[in-house]
Amino acid sequence: MVKVAHVQLCSCCGCLVSLADTYEKLLDVLNSIELVYCQTLADVREIPECDIALVEGSVCLDDHHSLEIAKEVKEKAKIVVALGACAATGGVTRYCRGNQLSKPVHSSFSPLTEVIKVDLAIPGCPPSPEAIVSVITAALNGDMEYLQPFAELAEKGSEACGCDLLTKVVNKSLCMGCGTCAAACPTRAIEMIDGRPNVTQYLCIKCGVCSVQCPRIRFPELIEKIE
Amino acid sequence: MDPFGTYKKVVSARSTLKEVLKTCQDGGIVSTAFIYGLENNLLDGVIVADNAGEFKAIPKVATTPEEVLEAAGTKYTVCPNISVLKSAVREYGCEKIGVVGTPCQVRAVRKLMKYPVGFRHIPDKISLIIGIFCMENFPYNGLKLIVEEHCGVKMEDVVKMDIGKGKFWVYTKWGETKAIKLKETHPYEQVACHVCTDYTAELADISTGSVGSPDGWSTVFIRTAKGEEIFNKMVEDGYLEVKPIEEVKPGLGLVEKLALTKKEKNMKEIEHRKELGLPVPY
Repeated sequence: MVKVAHVQLCSCCGCLVSLADTYEKLLDVLNSIELVYCQTLADVREIPECDIALVEGSVCLDDHHSLEIAKEVKEKAKIVVALGACAATGGVTRYCRGNQLSKPVHSSFSPLTEVIKVDLAIPGCPPSPEAIVSVITAALNGDMEYLQPFAELAEKGSEACGCDLLTKVVNKSLCMGCGTCAAACPTRAIEMIDGRPNVTQYLCIKCGVCSVQCPRIRFPELIEKIE
Repeated sequence: MDPFGTYKKVVSARSTLKEVLKTCQDGGIVSTAFIYGLENNLLDGVIVADNAGEFKAIPKVATTPEEVLEAAGTKYTVCPNISVLKSAVREYGCEKIGVVGTPCQVRAVRKLMKYPVGFRHIPDKISLIIGIFCMENFPYNGLKLIVEEHCGVKMEDVVKMDIGKGKFWVYTKWGETKAIKLKETHPYEQVACHVCTDYTAELADISTGSVGSPDGWSTVFIRTAKGEEIFNKMVEDGYLEVKPIEEVKPGLGLVEKLALTKKEKNMKEIEHRKELGLPVPY
């Protein structure tokens, strides 16, 4: 049985909620794995040795606990997955400024991908239940072809923003105006004007989902197979 | 080079619905499929390109046959259909959605179904993807310039546009017909179309377009099990007339010629972009 740990750093727990939102599929997933650590669902205090660690949340660089957990995950897990925007791209925690009680000095947050070497990153705030299940299933089956885009994001996708649509697609003469980015955006920061995305900067939470869904940046070959 | 992608069969077809034939572009396949789907509970919402006046295209979630009819006909300009996909599920509460799009939009839908990172509970609600043949598209201002400057017709007077027989045609409400050589429209094409090598919407359930069939008919590729099921039902229930593609003029040869032209031309452009160090979709 594949041992999976869910580790929460600085996050809202929304990614775990999204995993649970798969209903009966969650049961299928839970049947094929052994959940060895998950503070929200199980009373296990130490992160044990495991095959896959799903880590949600960014790392607070002002908090040594946060840094230690990130380091511990790397030592204990064979595969580290940055689950969701905060772990993968920083997400809304990029804007954190601290000043709240009880730790007013906690004000610097970096995505996990910038602190330790991560194997797979799933952006999105939260990533859809379907995407989480697909990634876990592909990881269990060793389907590296499906996982390739997530491996690339783990490698070099830590900085994400609605601006990616401008710099990587519109400015590069690749945008054909399908509108997928606008539908994907969780904060409705993107409006299609004259067939091009217009990003309202103050609504962007840097989750990375718009550029991840864009068919003009990445279009894995396996999508070409239809039945 | 494979010109058409995967398909089960290809035919020439035409709608039998009078109200569709009055407003449709060619054989009325898209409108008829969506009306059939909505009437028979196979679909409960369809994403179409509506005419917002003067051939400005805006995406619309249509839930009745009347709304489908209002949106019938080709708009020849960019319409971000996929931008309303989530709204169809969340706001309209649709669970069996039909989507029509250009080949690039069909590809976007297939990608979000396979990699639904930002599309929670959407992939399983897409019931039918219809693709339309497409050589390239025009930004709205490009289209306006073609119609007003090159054809000498005011946008507000246009009732139909068409591309065929090497020409761009404009029909006015005064009964006039204007045509210019298609070559004259090339400078106003959307440049991003030049990295696309998909002419026949190769990833759709059903793809359709005028090329290959006689006037008033459409060439139809049935590609997937889903597409085949709904297409066969439509024929059985008398919504479509069908002819074997081998029996019509100009026939599949012309579709193949245009599909290969697009592939060859745009593969060169992709190579050219690579040489310049510009990104291409991979």
